[in-house]
Amino acid sequence: MNYHWDWMFFFQETDDGLKYYDWILSGLGWTTFVSLASLAVALILGSVLGVMRTTPKRWLVGLGDAYVDVFRNVPLIVQLFMWFFVVPELVPENIGLWMKQDLPYFVIAIVGLGLYTAARIAEQVKAGINSLSRGQRFAGLALGFTEWQTYRYVRLPMAYRIVLPALTSEAMNIFKNSAVTYAVGILELYFQYKQIIEKTSQVLEITIVVTLCYFVLAFVMNRILAFVEARTRVPGLIVGTKGSK
Amino acid sequence: MIEINNVSKWYGSFQVLTDCTTQVSKSEVVVVCGPSGSGKSTLIKCVNALEPFQQGSIVVNGIAVQDPKTDLPKLRAKVGMVFQNFELFPHMTITDNLAIAQIKVLGRSRDEAVDKGLKLLDRVGLKAQAAKFPGQLSGGQQQRVAIARALAMDPICMLFDEPTSALDPEMINEVLDVMVQLAQEGMTMMCVTHEMGFARKVANRVIFMDRGAIVEDAAKEDFFGQPRSERAQAFLAKILNH
Repeated sequence: MNYHWDWMFFFQETDDGLKYYDWILSGLGWTTFVSLASLAVALILGSVLGVMRTTPKRWLVGLGDAYVDVFRNVPLIVQLFMWFFVVPELVPENIGLWMKQDLPYFVIAIVGLGLYTAARIAEQVKAGINSLSRGQRFAGLALGFTEWQTYRYVRLPMAYRIVLPALTSEAMNIFKNSAVTYAVGILELYFQYKQIIEKTSQVLEITIVVTLCYFVLAFVMNRILAFVEARTRVPGLIVGTKGSK
Repeated sequence: MIEINNVSKWYGSFQVLTDCTTQVSKSEVVVVCGPSGSGKSTLIKCVNALEPFQQGSIVVNGIAVQDPKTDLPKLRAKVGMVFQNFELFPHMTITDNLAIAQIKVLGRSRDEAVDKGLKLLDRVGLKAQAAKFPGQLSGGQQQRVAIARALAMDPICMLFDEPTSALDPEMINEVLDVMVQLAQEGMTMMCVTHEMGFARKVANRVIFMDRGAIVEDAAKEDFFGQPRSERAQAFLAKILNH
């Protein structure tokens, strides 16, 4: 192998006066920020949609189903381009102009990635609620709870516990999916990765480092949610997949 | 207390209840029995509007449950219900199971709700289990907690939907004992059950249902003495001869 290893290049100065490792750190920061913000959007919207799809109201179910069908079946990168280039042309002109000129890129990227992931979380939340016995809802109603209170106090606390392993996968995926936002100009980790390869040609070193960064992000998220899973485990009840250790 | 007038219900084109009429007076204990699929559970769930029905009316304590203007949560809070599969909330301790609806529905303070819950837990003989979770209790214990949970709301009447059907035989009596005690204290009760021993002991009336209709509605003595309908006779012969 004739590859010229040079791990020290990370400490070399770049065109803009920073070091290459600064680019990596900056990319890592953007990846983390965009991912976590998108995850927040996805969890909130996904939960609302998931609940909607289990209500007795048909129009709410239909609305939720339609959302999931659209956002789960269109590739993420197409959705991002849609928010950046198509939607501003479709809305009233002043709003379109505002989206193109004043709205920070990262907001659109977060919304795009969040709405995409929300469809997947909606599917899981729905599955979690539907896995509970019908009697749990009845028991809540019989005690005088409103429909909403049966979700708040009875059904959602169990549904989230049941789907936590699936939500963990989704939370790890979002870091990986966030790489796609480079295509709409977010200076995140993958963008910096491509840029550094072009500047230095130290492909192996930078690939190893960036891979490790993604791995650590996903792994930390995994550990945090495994901790949550352990803390919320219900004594005497076997929930989800592995559960107890 | 409970008046059921000409109630009919369909699932699509399938009729599950046909022109059911009966009533439960204050402090009366009425046992509803019949073969599986006869509509007993459906009928009792209509009483607190857990199941909607298309025809007829049900009036509970002067309030029409089928009236769209009726505040159903408020009405249900006054009608206790116990289910076949207990339906305790698995993620809450026994104490929280007993307290949550008192706090969220009746607006009681947490101290007051816990205090009341623990008193009732003591009454069903489970005070030592207060800090446990439902999954750590036996079926019989869970069902006794479920009864205590319903009683904590100070209900004006109690509905029991096959409360012992999901229990192992050796746990049936501990639940029935609680129900008998409740009946003797004058609680108005409507019980779907096959426990004829319970019916003999405390029921005032027995209703026999078959294929969605009330076939027989008689005083306990008449029902066990000489049921009028052949179907009720055949049913009694089957369940009493073992």
